[in-house]
Amino acid sequence: MSSRLLVGIVGAGTVALNGIGPLLLGGRQLPERLTGVVSLLAPTLLAALIVTQTFASGTALVVDARVAGVAAAVIAIVLRAPILVVIVVAAVGAAATRALS
Amino acid sequence: MSVLSGGGTLVAAVVPSLLLTARYAPIGASVAPWLHGPWWRRLLVAQLTVDESWAISNLGGERFDPQRLVGAGIVLYLAWVGGTAVGVAGGGFLGKPDDLGLDAAFPALFLALLVAQVHDRRGLAAALLGGAIAAVLVPFTPAGVPIIVASAGCLIGLRPPVPAPSPEPDRAAKEGLP
Repeated sequence: MSSRLLVGIVGAGTVALNGIGPLLLGGRQLPERLTGVVSLLAPTLLAALIVTQTFASGTALVVDARVAGVAAAVIAIVLRAPILVVIVVAAVGAAATRALS
Repeated sequence: MSVLSGGGTLVAAVVPSLLLTARYAPIGASVAPWLHGPWWRRLLVAQLTVDESWAISNLGGERFDPQRLVGAGIVLYLAWVGGTAVGVAGGGFLGKPDDLGLDAAFPALFLALLVAQVHDRRGLAAALLGGAIAAVLVPFTPAGVPIIVASAGCLIGLRPPVPAPSPEPDRAAKEGLP
């Protein structure tokens, strides 16, 4: 009972959080002042996702095999590798680091 | 109130889960101008907007490709459900996803997308600010909060742009089209 309630609440909350922007702002051109902000939302959030997914382990910042994988990806990006190659290089880099350590 | 008195554990479970998904409020707001059609359709597409589909459908700056968003969202959903089914059926044979380095694959994808779309100093500044805010907050806040607060980094866009020569007229021309 309690776990069903939990799934229900979280599910409904997630649908609402996902939907609120497109429901309220959908299909409308934003005011010019807001466009400047929203255009920076993508790089800001991407950078935050990169940092948390590379270094966060729960509420700790750690340096583990993920960092090696992402570092390998940086090299691939600098060498202008296609995006799929960048992803594979990162996965192989992290997997190899784990296997060796 | 009855929920609170009935069991603190439920609240303790719900709040972190919702904090983790709260980033979809700003993410949804960023794609909203590009989603057209009736409200139920926008609500449906919004549910396909996850980190990866959102990042892939970004065309740089504030522009998003709604078709790519839906396509990537459907592929991700099917892969997610299919992957879960495979994991339940034969997870023991596959080993841990981390052994395959999959946990490094997504930050690498985001990094490649970030590099491709940062063209000017404001974009770079916003990215550095967002990353720094997230890094500083990780040890002190529950998971999910660093990303939500980091999204405030985009507020530097409120400052009128430095009169940089090329990108502005270009963007204005593209906006004038639709």
